[in-house]
Amino acid sequence: MSDEVLLDVQHLKKYFTVSKNFFGKTTSVLKAVDDVSFQIKKGEAFGLVGESGCGKSTIGKMIVGLYTPTAGKIIYNGTDLTSLPRKERRQYCKDIQLIFQDPYASLNPRMTVGDIIAEPVIINHLRPKNEVEKRVDELLNCVGLSSNYRNRYPYEFSGGQRQRIGIARALAVEPKLIVCDEPVSALDVSIQAQVLNLLESLKSEFGLTYLFIAHGLNVVKHISDRVGVMYLGKLMEIAPKNELYHNPLNPYTQALLSAIPSIDPTKRRHRIELKGDVPSPIDPPEGCRFCSRCFKEADKCKKFNSELKEVSKNHFVACSLFDGEGEKSKHL
Amino acid sequence: MNEIENAVASSPSEEFTDKPESIWRSMWDSLKQNRAAMVSLAFILLLVAIAVITSVFPQVLPHNPYEQSLTKTLLPPNSEYWFGTDQLGRDIFSRILIGTRVSLAVGVIAVAISLTFGIIFGSIAGYFGGKVDTVIMRIMDIMLSIPSILLAIAFMAALGQGIDKAVIAISLVAIPEYARIVRGEILSVKENDYVQAAKVVGNKDGRIIFHHIIPNVLSSIIVRATLGISSAILDASALGFLGLGVQPPQAEWGDMLGRARNYIFQAPYTLIFPGLAISLTVLAFNLLGDGLRDALDPKSRQN
Repeated sequence: MSDEVLLDVQHLKKYFTVSKNFFGKTTSVLKAVDDVSFQIKKGEAFGLVGESGCGKSTIGKMIVGLYTPTAGKIIYNGTDLTSLPRKERRQYCKDIQLIFQDPYASLNPRMTVGDIIAEPVIINHLRPKNEVEKRVDELLNCVGLSSNYRNRYPYEFSGGQRQRIGIARALAVEPKLIVCDEPVSALDVSIQAQVLNLLESLKSEFGLTYLFIAHGLNVVKHISDRVGVMYLGKLMEIAPKNELYHNPLNPYTQALLSAIPSIDPTKRRHRIELKGDVPSPIDPPEGCRFCSRCFKEADKCKKFNSELKEVSKNHFVACSLFDGEGEKSKHL
Repeated sequence: MNEIENAVASSPSEEFTDKPESIWRSMWDSLKQNRAAMVSLAFILLLVAIAVITSVFPQVLPHNPYEQSLTKTLLPPNSEYWFGTDQLGRDIFSRILIGTRVSLAVGVIAVAISLTFGIIFGSIAGYFGGKVDTVIMRIMDIMLSIPSILLAIAFMAALGQGIDKAVIAISLVAIPEYARIVRGEILSVKENDYVQAAKVVGNKDGRIIFHHIIPNVLSSIIVRATLGISSAILDASALGFLGLGVQPPQAEWGDMLGRARNYIFQAPYTLIFPGLAISLTVLAFNLLGDGLRDALDPKSRQN
């Protein structure tokens, strides 16, 4: 991992209009992603975790260009992707790819596996025509599939195999950054490990950088170098993997970690149970987003601006308990 | 990597060896189970054969369909004139056979035209959404709010008479229906992950629509088009009945009905046979369309 920043996300926001009045004026918005900033270094695997609906997939879709951000910047290799016109934006498709969550929905049922993988190569003119087939075989072998599968249709494959095909399609354009949008959450546990191992070996083989989105900390633990924890459209904590797992500072991260089941009865930690449901992102709580369910609620949480503060090296926390120097020392 | 390859090698789909059973093939297998659809398909193929043979070799017809004979007007069906003769002494059987070509051609061409425009408008509206969608679909709604035959007559009044104009009028009138169906199908398909994936790998919008979306909605469009042929034939007959279709002495089923309607009590066979030809053809296309719909809908498949 180098120190070079590959992707710099600055104050990214995405609001969806929920309802409009008769005159077309927006009356309520859903703040899916609300002022999120983070950086991914070249060669790194950055994990992004959070419950369903916290906006992590929305961030992934904005980075690959499927959604247009409401505000903020996505700076890839020094270029602000959000300021580019549509046509130029498409050029960056070659560099940033997406692996989808549901392998059953992400492959066109009317195309053969060969066509699915060849298409990105052909439309981006990456290989001369006569070499496309060779490239498809190469890619299939890369993801551990036989090149005989070229003429089959997606429905003949199992979930794990389909996910491999999806990975081969993403690799076809020789990307530098791959956004993995919960790539294993739709798979069986035994297959999950296989696909994670594959992703890991591809990363070192091709020098890839990952933004790894998942809804549980255990999957992310396997693959990421640094982890960001999201809640209701905001980043709560960013820390290197081991630091986060051993010294979680944000109460929400602590609760998440305590929910990972352990098979070793002697190592069972105290389970922090959160009360209530996640509040609606249409009308989120004032101040800290987590304050309505937090077990350490402090008065100033309601006025907290949810800004990330670096409390120790590379460990960023957004929590009013760590807001300001005096408080920090008290809790560390 | 090795362990991965081993795991894949032992996976169950290894047993597939040849090209897979395509979706069209399984549709055909399912259609074969439907007796009404198969009879209809046979009938339609017979009509196509009649249309082709009578236009290439008119001499196979028992009589010249255009030859008038004022001594033999309104003869009832007999061994020489199987379906009788009309008010000008022409052989009804020959005229029905030669009229097959016009009716089939009108049906197919009109549907082809309206389907083409329907797919273009519908996919633009469905894929891009927003203002484009609103403008296109409101125009379609306005066209749908006028009874189709009335609109077709209005178009005929503007375009002039003739079977070619009738085809244009019929296809214009049918565009909104196809546009609506295509738009609806595209709306449901475009949010699929594979369409998003196509965007992510750098496909242009046109390619996404025609390579990724349309093939996945084609089956329901084909069903609608099959049913559309029958309504186009019906519309053409209606225009013919009103005297807006073919020009005399050309034979067309609706036109035959229209010109013979004064003789309904005197010589009902002059109406019965062209009427039967229209009804059976329309019925055949409807039954085939229904069969196709069932065959393409996995939920209503029998096996």
